[in-house]
Amino acid sequence: MSRVLVPCHVKGSVALQVGDVRTSQGRPGVLVIDVTFPSVAPFELQEITFKNYYTAFLSIRVRQYTSAHTPAKWVTCLRDYCLMPDPHSEEGAQEYVSLFKYQMLCDMARVSELRLILRQPSPLWLSFTVEELQIYQQGPKSPSVTFPKWLSHPVPCEQPALLREGLPDPSRVSSEVQQMWALTEMIRASHTSARIGRFDVDGCYDLNLLSYT
Amino acid sequence: MLQEESDLSLIIAQIVQKLKGSNLYSQLERQAWASLQRPEIKLESLKEDIKEFFKISGWEKKLQNAVYSELSVFPLPSHPAAPPEHLKEPLVYMRKAQGSWEKRILKSLNSMCTELSIPLARKRPVGEQKELLNKWNEMGTDEPDLSLFRPVYAPKDFLEVLINLRNPNYENGDSLSFRTHLGLIQVPLKVKDIPELKECFVELGLNIGQLGIDDSTQVPPELFENEHVRIGQKVLAQQDSAAAQQYIRQGSPTALRAELWALILNISSQPEDVLYYEQLKTNVIQHDLLVDSLIYKDVKLTASNDDYYFVFEDYLYQVLLCFSRDTSVLSHFAFNSASPPKSYIRGKLGLEEYAVFYPPNGKIAPLCFLYHEPSKLYQIFREMYVRFFFRLHSISSHPSGIVSLCLLFETLLQTYLPQLFYHLREIGAQPLRISFKWMVRAFSGYLATDQLLLLWDRILGYNSLEILAVLAAAVFAFRAVNLMEVTSLAAAEAVLADLSTLKVMPLLQIFLFATVT
Repeated sequence: MSRVLVPCHVKGSVALQVGDVRTSQGRPGVLVIDVTFPSVAPFELQEITFKNYYTAFLSIRVRQYTSAHTPAKWVTCLRDYCLMPDPHSEEGAQEYVSLFKYQMLCDMARVSELRLILRQPSPLWLSFTVEELQIYQQGPKSPSVTFPKWLSHPVPCEQPALLREGLPDPSRVSSEVQQMWALTEMIRASHTSARIGRFDVDGCYDLNLLSYT
Repeated sequence: MLQEESDLSLIIAQIVQKLKGSNLYSQLERQAWASLQRPEIKLESLKEDIKEFFKISGWEKKLQNAVYSELSVFPLPSHPAAPPEHLKEPLVYMRKAQGSWEKRILKSLNSMCTELSIPLARKRPVGEQKELLNKWNEMGTDEPDLSLFRPVYAPKDFLEVLINLRNPNYENGDSLSFRTHLGLIQVPLKVKDIPELKECFVELGLNIGQLGIDDSTQVPPELFENEHVRIGQKVLAQQDSAAAQQYIRQGSPTALRAELWALILNISSQPEDVLYYEQLKTNVIQHDLLVDSLIYKDVKLTASNDDYYFVFEDYLYQVLLCFSRDTSVLSHFAFNSASPPKSYIRGKLGLEEYAVFYPPNGKIAPLCFLYHEPSKLYQIFREMYVRFFFRLHSISSHPSGIVSLCLLFETLLQTYLPQLFYHLREIGAQPLRISFKWMVRAFSGYLATDQLLLLWDRILGYNSLEILAVLAAAVFAFRAVNLMEVTSLAAAEAVLADLSTLKVMPLLQIFLFATVT
């Protein structure tokens, strides 16, 4: 399925904390990131992609229009999705993640705004966020394959020449031809990623220094 | 569900792509063409008939083994947005640390080059080539002057780099709190604890027969050993890699070991492989690399002085020199955090073909006991290096990487032998300083050879190096009483200096399954 990137504006993250931010000792464990789509009409969300940076759990809320007349409502579409199985260790901490439509709790039609709620309960990390956030909507259907001319406009058949022996069974011949065509297509399409194994350039392998880059 | 299906088709596509360039592919093609002569292959059902033929003649099994081996070695396909560096190593700070470590080694090599005025690589003059070819089988008798060459680095230097590894996003406060690591490794990687290890190494349990325990002279062979050997022979007759890997978790009988390892590593002795080895040998003869002298010096220092391995000195030279010219090793760099160093040939960029690794001669020597034919020995060594041992020399977050092994060792010791750990720490003998050299050499040169081979059976069987860390902790547990009485690092090292009398399997079994926690 093709997908189209939707240009979005990611607002800065807001930390949610009880009490006065300046005086309290601990670091915030909840961050909220708002994502708006200033120039795009409400669309159907297909996929969300991002790079994790030490976020343990993710919840997503969307603002969607249910019907033409009612105002847009906030709905939770993902609740406490686990990005790091152990919040205290590095597993999953810097992974690339994709979230799809079928993983969401509600349908993703007519989305106008997105809110990501990030949670990191472990006090070991200095900061946490998600990076390289990208939102995709469904692209147009793949363009139809154009058939070669002789398939869509067959040549009117001429009178076949008389054969001495009986005609072979046409269905058998067509299946055999089909098999052979498939084999030739496969051979044509195959290419390999194996290396050849030569390392010298024009027969010369005189090296003086290793490069640092 | 959708995601799993697309993941599966991606994996299949990747494996097919990889296998297309292999020997097996051309062999299967040849077999398929040859089979067209057979009467049972009909044109209308060509595909099914050939598939049936492959199943009967054993070729399907070979293909299964090849696919299984690809699955074991290569990591799962990553997210499409992830750049290639991410596949090598997902954590940015580890990539950086590996990069600076490599730079340090390159600088050292370059400075050695310029100091000694020796080129990194040059073509040998014809007379020298002839001479080398003549004494190919007895390079050990040569005594060139290597006094000016110094080793590029020692395990101690590498350990210092690992100790100084820090995650910039981690709370590395000065004050001691629950978040401080008491050991030397300060990165919070996920390591298994004993309940998880018990689950992982379930075949090492107390109620399951093991070679290394249940084949000792006091135990009558009818109880376990005879049956185990019989099953081993059956597995070899079936030529099934996956079954062999499962079987070897209980140890391999000595007579079957060479074939079993070759089956698990999916090494077949085709004429093409012997030819490949000969080609590498030609490369060695034609070109002289600076690394050759380093390899030579290292082998002279270690193997020729070792009581068990001095007989294999000549083999070691042959294998190592060829290994340093093997370009197929480069393909594993895609999922290793290390990168091959580059150099410029006449202004054009050429790839330096040797990985700058700590000379792994220690890991070849035990293999010489099993394989006598140089090209087969070479293949087994190369496959074992590419699957396991390279992880001991590069900085990565992989569960079998040296950083995780060190952390696993320290965590096991802290959790299950807290008094010992505290005591050793107090006297300035951090346990990792002693056990690091064991793990980085996979215990080669420290254990008796038969015990070492039993240990490496399990490495192959479980496809992971974690057992090295568990064994290191088990050794400390075994000598805990003596260690509690020492008062300095030197004394602690003396207690743990000689491991050659240890029996590996009982130690592992007791530590995992019989220690009261």
